[in-house]
Amino acid sequence: MDHIVTHAPDFFHDSQAESTKAVARSVWNRVLSSLCVGLSLLTLIPLVSIVYLVLKNGLPLLKWSVFTQLPPAAGMVGGGFGNAVLGTLVMVGLGLAMSAPIGILSAIYINEYAPSGRLAQAVRIVAKLLTGIPSIICGVFAFAMVVAASGTFSAYAGGVALAVLMLPTILLTSEQALLGVQSAFREASYGLGATKFQTIVRIVFPDALPAIMTGLMLAVARAAGETAPLIFTALFSQFWAKSLSEPTASLSVLIYNFSTVPFPHQIQMAWTASLVLVAFVTLANITAQLAFSKKQ
Amino acid sequence: MTESTANPVDAPNAAPGRPDFLAVRDFDFFYGKKQALFDINMDIPEKRVTAFIGPSGCGKTTLLRNFNRMNELIDGISHTGEIRLLGQNIFEKGIEVIALRRSIGMVFQKSNPFPKSIYENVVYGLRIGGVSNKSVLDEAVERSLRGAALWDEAKDRLHESALGLSGGQMQRLCIARAIANRPKVLLMDEPCSALDPIATVKVEELIHELKQEFTIVIVTHNMQQATRCSDKTAFFYLGKLIEFAETQKIFSTPVQKQTEDYITGRFG
Repeated sequence: MDHIVTHAPDFFHDSQAESTKAVARSVWNRVLSSLCVGLSLLTLIPLVSIVYLVLKNGLPLLKWSVFTQLPPAAGMVGGGFGNAVLGTLVMVGLGLAMSAPIGILSAIYINEYAPSGRLAQAVRIVAKLLTGIPSIICGVFAFAMVVAASGTFSAYAGGVALAVLMLPTILLTSEQALLGVQSAFREASYGLGATKFQTIVRIVFPDALPAIMTGLMLAVARAAGETAPLIFTALFSQFWAKSLSEPTASLSVLIYNFSTVPFPHQIQMAWTASLVLVAFVTLANITAQLAFSKKQ
Repeated sequence: MTESTANPVDAPNAAPGRPDFLAVRDFDFFYGKKQALFDINMDIPEKRVTAFIGPSGCGKTTLLRNFNRMNELIDGISHTGEIRLLGQNIFEKGIEVIALRRSIGMVFQKSNPFPKSIYENVVYGLRIGGVSNKSVLDEAVERSLRGAALWDEAKDRLHESALGLSGGQMQRLCIARAIANRPKVLLMDEPCSALDPIATVKVEELIHELKQEFTIVIVTHNMQQATRCSDKTAFFYLGKLIEFAETQKIFSTPVQKQTEDYITGRFG
């Protein structure tokens, strides 16, 4: 190749003095790109391995009966964890019923009514702090407020613990959802003579609803998998719950209990329960992403 | 309490309507400590088109948004002076802002239809006013869409999403939505700035028709648009009203030097 430098610049090739630098640049570029790709693949490994292990160990015992039967006694085979599935659903439901209204209405207040006020600022700071709270502290709180006061472990206490866990997530994602509503819509609404309440109910909330639902689903997915808040609030039970004010089984506590006993059948059960829990959490997350995405 | 103010500016071919339909008196406006409008005095005539022109930041949109008290959505604003609609000060204690905003409609620079159907967009103003009778709403939809020259294009898709319309159609929908309330005044803040030339022509033709029924105030950056559309033009600069006259006169023989400099493009 002819690298004689002429007066006219050559746009398509680096001059000879630059060619080694150009090669080094190109090599370095490829190294870094490969590094990025490689590390991205690395991040998939934990997720893939968990799914693989849970499927491999949990599938053998996965039958309809696990949803309808009660946990087997120590050393026995057969049985299921229907009461635990029901317990998780009930307590997550209770937690949602308590935290969703508070979280959503608070988000509406801090975003629509007095966004720069001191109360709003305080609420935001506290919510962000609460997201970092160890989940066992939620359990301790619920223990003091509900269990100690009522004298019994209960699904209510478990629900309260989960509600405290879910509240900051719901509040902050709802606030983001409301921020995502174009201010042009609010302006148009006020310009037509609407009150703030009408604007929120007719325009802002419906537009923010998909994102709010996503936040709720994510909070549900997290709460369903928590063990620490339930250990000394709902405790556990071998039986179907007859009321909400008695100790209640849950999937996460069942997995914890069954993994630590020396009976292979129970340990196998724990894997199957893990499979059910992972499936539920995954389903909730996928629903959140797909079903509630805004259609443009 | 209606003052018959002697209109300080020329008004040949006096319009049949009230010359001081919307009147501004000694009006100063502040964003916090910063003064944005200085001692504005003007009379806006009924059922004619008045254009506000001036370089960016001169206060024309600020004044426009005071007419329907939209600036009150911003924290920290204050004003002195009065703005009177049919002689009554709109800032008076007993006035309901909501009722005022139904009497003074607004079309924004970037069209902002709600993510609802065309029908629901048009009737929004009526619904929040408590109207739920379907035949009343249906009649309002047809009247407003015809008034906005959108009926033929929209009548077969009334219940489809408004977001499926083109840019020009969306702006005409916003006009229909604003006139559904039968306001007395229609405020338009650079309504064509986001539209292509063909859509712009349609909206300008619309403005000519609308002024038979509504008093229109239009803010525009486009001086040619002001000459095409308006009967009177007000030139603002740095928060002050420099000149206010019949459009023909202001663009041919402006009195103030600043007006002449702006119109001839020496600054702006």
